[in-house]
Amino acid sequence: MSNPGLLLILGALGVPLLRGWARRALMVVLPVAALVVLWLLPEGSGATIEMLGLELNPLRVDALSRVFATGFLVAAVLTAVFAFHVRDSLQQAVILVYAGTAVGGSLAGDLLTLFVFWELAGLSSVFLIWARRTERSNRAGSRYLVAQVVSGVLMMGGIAVRVGAGEGLEFSYIGLDGPGGALILAAVGIKCAFPVLHAWLTDTYPEATIVGAVALSAFTTKFAVYTLARGFAGTEALVWVGAVMTCFPIFYAVIENDLRRVLAYSMVNQLGFMVVGVGIGGSLGINGAAAHAVADMVFKGLLFMSMGAVLLRTGTTKGSELGGLYKSMPQTTVLCMVGAASISAFPLFSGFATKSLILTAVAEEHRTVIWLMLLFASAGVFHHAGIKIPYFAFFAHDRGFRVAEPPVNMRVAMAMAAAVCVTIGVAPALLYDMLPYAMDYEVFTTAHVINQLQLLLFAALAFTLLVRTGLYPPEIRSVNLDFDAVYRRAVPSGWQALTRGTTVLGDRLAKPLRRRTERLWTVASGPLRPEGRVGAPWSTHQMVWWLALLLGLVLLLALL
Amino acid sequence: MNDDDHGDDRRWLDDPRNVTRVVYGLVVLCVLAFAADLFYEKHPHFGFEGWFGFYAVYGFVGSVGLVLSAKWLRRFLRRDEDHYERAERDADE
Repeated sequence: MSNPGLLLILGALGVPLLRGWARRALMVVLPVAALVVLWLLPEGSGATIEMLGLELNPLRVDALSRVFATGFLVAAVLTAVFAFHVRDSLQQAVILVYAGTAVGGSLAGDLLTLFVFWELAGLSSVFLIWARRTERSNRAGSRYLVAQVVSGVLMMGGIAVRVGAGEGLEFSYIGLDGPGGALILAAVGIKCAFPVLHAWLTDTYPEATIVGAVALSAFTTKFAVYTLARGFAGTEALVWVGAVMTCFPIFYAVIENDLRRVLAYSMVNQLGFMVVGVGIGGSLGINGAAAHAVADMVFKGLLFMSMGAVLLRTGTTKGSELGGLYKSMPQTTVLCMVGAASISAFPLFSGFATKSLILTAVAEEHRTVIWLMLLFASAGVFHHAGIKIPYFAFFAHDRGFRVAEPPVNMRVAMAMAAAVCVTIGVAPALLYDMLPYAMDYEVFTTAHVINQLQLLLFAALAFTLLVRTGLYPPEIRSVNLDFDAVYRRAVPSGWQALTRGTTVLGDRLAKPLRRRTERLWTVASGPLRPEGRVGAPWSTHQMVWWLALLLGLVLLLALL
Repeated sequence: MNDDDHGDDRRWLDDPRNVTRVVYGLVVLCVLAFAADLFYEKHPHFGFEGWFGFYAVYGFVGSVGLVLSAKWLRRFLRRDEDHYERAERDADE
């Protein structure tokens, strides 16, 4: 069993068979064992399989795939610990299978293997939404599944085009202009939440279970970033796509009430940074995208964990209902704030060490507009994820919740995630050394640290002033229209209007139409009736004339 | 909203004066960070990056602009909570 991904997937089948501590032990041992196997594997390709004249290469280890797989496995350990208390063995098994698909996908050396894991990721993870077992989550899960399957179909189409063009199945640089490139990029674009294609993410992630949302936040999107980094490095269009991704979700995040949905929007924003890094390409861009992806798996997981803890204890994650929880959940509050500081890129926290790589890559290319957009988004992410999440959940107005801290395992998982965030932040070289390209980069320069502090402190000042002056938009029970309105509202109501319109039109048109046809029939068939002109007995010479005329006509036609 | 509703469990932050102290603390930090621009040498990639207090001003103006424009966008985007489907309980697991 030398494929860490398969190890996780097959091992996960044992989870429902075990009980109690044995099951919990298996849930942690599997990803840890996979991590060990991953780092023992030599760089390069494993055994290849010949199939229908095409070469499959299910296991390829290089620096890029290894750093992503490592991140996935660390996230798998954290999520597994976080899910210890759950009684639903389905969810626990699915988390490991789902993590295994991301690991297997990042180690896939050919496109067909990639496709198989790509589809399995969607098919397994949908159970993390359905596991909530409500009508609402059933529908959300179905919408999620449709998005995943559409992405899979597009990727299959792209692969077929590539094979048809004689490119073979090898998964390396694809490029937008290569055969099938546009189709594969569209497939990746869905899972990577490109603008407009992002709606499934912000629509369905917040509908997942408490542990489900943590798992979802780590794998699918970062698997897509890996595919992008390998297949589309240096694609100019991605720079702009990514920059838009960093900016537009923060407006939604400011006015969104459901705090887990705020996190979903901030995930699109963070993915935007990674997409820009891939688009810029080069050693700094790709390193930045990979490093930030790994950091994001952990700090976004931590934030989803803390909101999951709030949901478990209070029954809601709506900002309009929450507040003052720091009194009863102090540990969760502190751990959440570590995640918030990490995503906001405070010096000494992980986001600072990883996002800087991307911003520096952009600055070194002298892309002024893009750089200003990313800087704006950096201030914006601090606003909604860094301040808004902890502030409205744990501080703001005390809503009188007097609840317990979440179960020990959840706190341990959060503490482990927080430790990873701080470790990467304090000693970024640990992560930098794993990155695909060697680079000479010093993150803690005086200017960089001070500039970042200035940006964040003044963003915090702006928040404080807006809240104190009452200008800050209050949290209110509401939903905001996004592109999911297209498939949740516009298309269904358009279809309904169409069917209703056809019925009304049928009713209105059918009667006069029938009357007219009947009248026309009467007029037209009049001469054919027994008493009509044609039906009456004809005289012989009239018949002969007609016959001659018809025969002449036939002759003429034949001669022509 | 009356913070005294839960007087059984009063904390340091429940006193509005202490909140004001925290705000002043933040203002002091901001002034320090702003003044820090005097004491180090910049190596800007862009010309404007070298302007005095550029990051501070950009962070502040950007944030205010973000929040106010999001608030304005809410007028068009906001719908009732049951716009798509009737609300169900938030309970889980």
